[in-house]
Amino acid sequence: MSLSRQEVAKVGMLARLALTEAELEKMTGELSKLVEFVSQLSELDTAAVEPLAHPLETRNVFREDIPAASLTTEQALANSPRHDNSCFLVPAVLGDSGAA
Amino acid sequence: MQPLQLSALDLVGAVKRGDLSAVACVEAYLDRIVAVDGRINAFLAVGREPALAQAAKIDVRRKAGKPLGALAGLPVAVKDALCTTDLPTTCASKMLAGYQPPYDADVVARLRRADAVIVGKTNMDEFAMGGSNENSAFGPVHNPWDLNRAPGGSSGGSAACVAADMAPVAIGSDTGGSIRQPAGLCGITGFKPTYGRISRRGLVAFASSLDQIGPMAHSAADCALLMETIAGHDPGDATSLTDPVPAYGQLLGEPLAGLRIGRVAEHFGAGLDPEVARGIESAFDTFRAAGATIHDVELPHARYGIPTYYLIAPCEASSNLARYDGAHYGHRHRAEPGREADQVGQFESPLVEMYCRSRAEGFGPEVKRRVMLGTYALSAGYYEAFYAKALRVRRLIQRDYFEAFAKVDLIAGPVSPTPAFKLGEKTGDPLAMYLVDMYTVGTNLAGIGGISFPCGFTPGGLPIGFQLQGPALAEPLLLRAAHGFQSLTDWHTRRPALSA
Amino acid sequence: MTDTQTPAAKPFTTIIGLEVHVQLQTQTKLFCGCSTTFGSPPNTQVCPTCLGLPGSLPVMNRQAFALALRAALALDCTIAPFTKWDRKNYFYPDLPKGYQISQYDLPFSSAGVLEVVDPKEAVSRRVGIVRVHLEEDAGKSMHDESAGTADSRIDLNRAGTPLCEIVTEPDLRSPQEARAWLNELKLLLVYLGVSDCNMQEGSLRVDANVNLHIPRADGSLAKTPIVEIKNMNSFRSVERALIYEVVRQWEDWQATGAELGSAPKQTRGWDDPAGITRAQRAKEESSDYRYFPEPDLVPVTVSAEQIAAIRAAMGDPPAVLRQALADTWKISAYDSDVLVNQGRDLVAYFEELATLTGDGKVASNWMQQDVLRTLNERGGTVAEFPVRPAAVAEIIGRITRGDFDTSRGREIFATVLETGTSVADAVTGLGITAVGDDELEALCRELLAANPKIVADVQGGKEQAAAGLIGQAKKKNPNVNPGKVRATCLELIRQIG
Repeated sequence: MSLSRQEVAKVGMLARLALTEAELEKMTGELSKLVEFVSQLSELDTAAVEPLAHPLETRNVFREDIPAASLTTEQALANSPRHDNSCFLVPAVLGDSGAA
Repeated sequence: MQPLQLSALDLVGAVKRGDLSAVACVEAYLDRIVAVDGRINAFLAVGREPALAQAAKIDVRRKAGKPLGALAGLPVAVKDALCTTDLPTTCASKMLAGYQPPYDADVVARLRRADAVIVGKTNMDEFAMGGSNENSAFGPVHNPWDLNRAPGGSSGGSAACVAADMAPVAIGSDTGGSIRQPAGLCGITGFKPTYGRISRRGLVAFASSLDQIGPMAHSAADCALLMETIAGHDPGDATSLTDPVPAYGQLLGEPLAGLRIGRVAEHFGAGLDPEVARGIESAFDTFRAAGATIHDVELPHARYGIPTYYLIAPCEASSNLARYDGAHYGHRHRAEPGREADQVGQFESPLVEMYCRSRAEGFGPEVKRRVMLGTYALSAGYYEAFYAKALRVRRLIQRDYFEAFAKVDLIAGPVSPTPAFKLGEKTGDPLAMYLVDMYTVGTNLAGIGGISFPCGFTPGGLPIGFQLQGPALAEPLLLRAAHGFQSLTDWHTRRPALSA
Repeated sequence: MTDTQTPAAKPFTTIIGLEVHVQLQTQTKLFCGCSTTFGSPPNTQVCPTCLGLPGSLPVMNRQAFALALRAALALDCTIAPFTKWDRKNYFYPDLPKGYQISQYDLPFSSAGVLEVVDPKEAVSRRVGIVRVHLEEDAGKSMHDESAGTADSRIDLNRAGTPLCEIVTEPDLRSPQEARAWLNELKLLLVYLGVSDCNMQEGSLRVDANVNLHIPRADGSLAKTPIVEIKNMNSFRSVERALIYEVVRQWEDWQATGAELGSAPKQTRGWDDPAGITRAQRAKEESSDYRYFPEPDLVPVTVSAEQIAAIRAAMGDPPAVLRQALADTWKISAYDSDVLVNQGRDLVAYFEELATLTGDGKVASNWMQQDVLRTLNERGGTVAEFPVRPAAVAEIIGRITRGDFDTSRGREIFATVLETGTSVADAVTGLGITAVGDDELEALCRELLAANPKIVADVQGGKEQAAAGLIGQAKKKNPNVNPGKVRATCLELIRQIG
């Protein structure tokens, strides 16, 4: 099951990964091979089988609505590549929000 | 007293009695690291001064008759995927080079409360993705049994560190075999308990429904000692089990007679190295001689384990690693004006460019591959065919285990299809590397426990690993079966011939 | 221009659906123990979990789920016996994990309804609720153009705050109705203690979806493309934006005839100062959120017993209260509406007052004209209001007894409000004493002597002219009862012949 370069480039953008031309080429080949490999699952009839997202049957785990200590601003920003001692700084975010 | 020769149990006992000072104990291991790690590269960070300072404090308290934690003075190496406040946590990735967490992982906090002394952070496959520790951004780890060979992965650093006596015990993590397989290739004991038995809080997530932390040591008894401290409910991890933690150490001595052990025919097909197969068969003989019975069981969907795992894990990973985007922590691309003028049109905004370049620079090739695969498999139109399909096959795999455990108490077999392979041997073919996990992924998919320990050596002197898998919460059974085996054999006492 | 099509010849029907996000009134965030207090300095209410630091994990806030259940039950939703959370994956600086924990295919509730009734009109609209689900909020990104930098500043205090997302069916039929419905929703949620629904503080946010259905001459129905409107900061803005958008779509359709499906759904931002919606930059491809079940959270089951317990503890919603008040105290639907809209505490105050006076109508008048008016002027809550129902009841009672008239009663009320004295002391302090019959008669004779024209008018048959004497009487003696002045003057004039 072969992926096209275009498809892989699209996935790259979804995953926010810059790929050089050479990497895109290589990745297309590798991904195609991997996708073909995992596609063997289609051999199995699973129509009557529920998905297993959590291996164990745990349900209803909660915490109480009681405040706990927060980090200081300094701690929060300590590993930040750019900040102004109050906020994280990132390249300007354009008018619309990220989510539709 | 030679700290490097003692088991963790003996070390802890000696420190408690005052026969060995914590400082002497810790110093012996720190010196060993200096002596041999240059050839092995098991450690990414060593905290010599803080470790000695902590050991000194323990000695003072012991002399003053104050109570000591259960692991007082015990040097522990911690895989660099677990958060520590006093040492960087890099996950062997450029993305997190120099990253300093503001909190300790739950396991780390428990170790500290028990007065264990964390000596350093161990090397690993980047973000826990790999089976040979060749995917580290900070150089591969060399197998102490043969420095030209891989130690296995992703907890290769932890496995090599214990094998080379740079620490008596280490903490690893296991998502598809990452504790058990390197333990097998390095001749030590590695334990992945039931999913949820140990808190994942502070373990940098790779695949959240598969990840589990576990101890790595020279013996099951030492693993049991660690388990008593690190296992248990954590309200900060919603997937953490509330079942009480048994006194594992006290349950080790029960005899092996009557144990029903399953042998899976599918495990012994093509792909299993004949020397490994021989070692596995002799291990079965040892169990038989001790009074256990061996039964044929089936895991009919075992061969679908790898493709199932290599869908679920990359999908979850693609989401877990989205946070590494250069915005709030970790590596951020340095824009160099002018150099990229020709690439400007490629990205829709400077922000998107920052994301794409930061991640391209921060992640290694295997991480990128898995993030891409996972992103693809979750994307619109493919979810049902891939991720959802894998979750259904996962249930079939779990059912296979349930049915098998109705007939036997434990399932036994190889942990790795080959002994330690040469560095570079499998790095050219991602799929070949994925197959090293063939015996271990089922355990994680089903959420059950597994332990591996040495059962022999190849004629070339490489360790052969044996694996036991048990039903959920069968930790006591797994530990005592391994311990029983280790009472009847001495494979686990062998050490590589590493000159200091 | 407003949506003023005559009912007889309406060229189109307006179809509106709303998507509302309300922040739940918990102490802490949805997945961690950080505070949710509004207005704190940036990045002071953050921890590894809401910062999305490596190795961090979420744990569900019990109270948040409880409030969400309460909201859904009040909206008449069906509660799912089994619910789970999912990851909505996308990259944005205010979303530190690179995904939002939300609910996708198994939300905890669905299929509800909230009716909006405007007591002035005859129309009531049942607005269907598609679903109510529980998710975490993102942080805030701020861009300060004047600072002259190319950076945005990210504050993650808000990241992880619990949100209920409420999605309606496209059942609303006018911008005014949409606004009224939002008011009803806010009232309901405030009544339940679920949220304070304060749009200025961002605890309630609204996006609107609107299009037009246009009947063609041949009987078929043309539909304009659906537009999603964002960035409305008040219920009034929602109304104004929808009014504008309806006109814009009508004009656009007449010009282009573009129909639903001919282009992807458009998003437009409301520009309040300019009073227009603007198309937002179209995205290259619609977002692929790659939803999958959240592995770090376990699913939640809700039993019938739990649901019954929540219902029992919930108290009456405003709609039920309105009817109950009107029925119990014999007040008009309008009056009941005014009272209920002020909230539970004011309703309790009213009911106490009505009980003490035994007269719902009088109590309602005093509530609206006196209590509410002064309460709004002073600010503060009903609980803090210095004049308690017993005092008001006492004033009303004494007016009924004739100790003084209503306007004097108001003065007493004001005095009690300002000085905190008892009613009795206020009466004394204001020098209010009953005016004896003799004194009253003497005063009236004085007035009649001074006002021959009025006397002549009354004798001529215009009894209402006597009203002109009341003001003068009050000036001479504020304690006189206007009714008694009128009656006495008329009697005296009769006696004159």
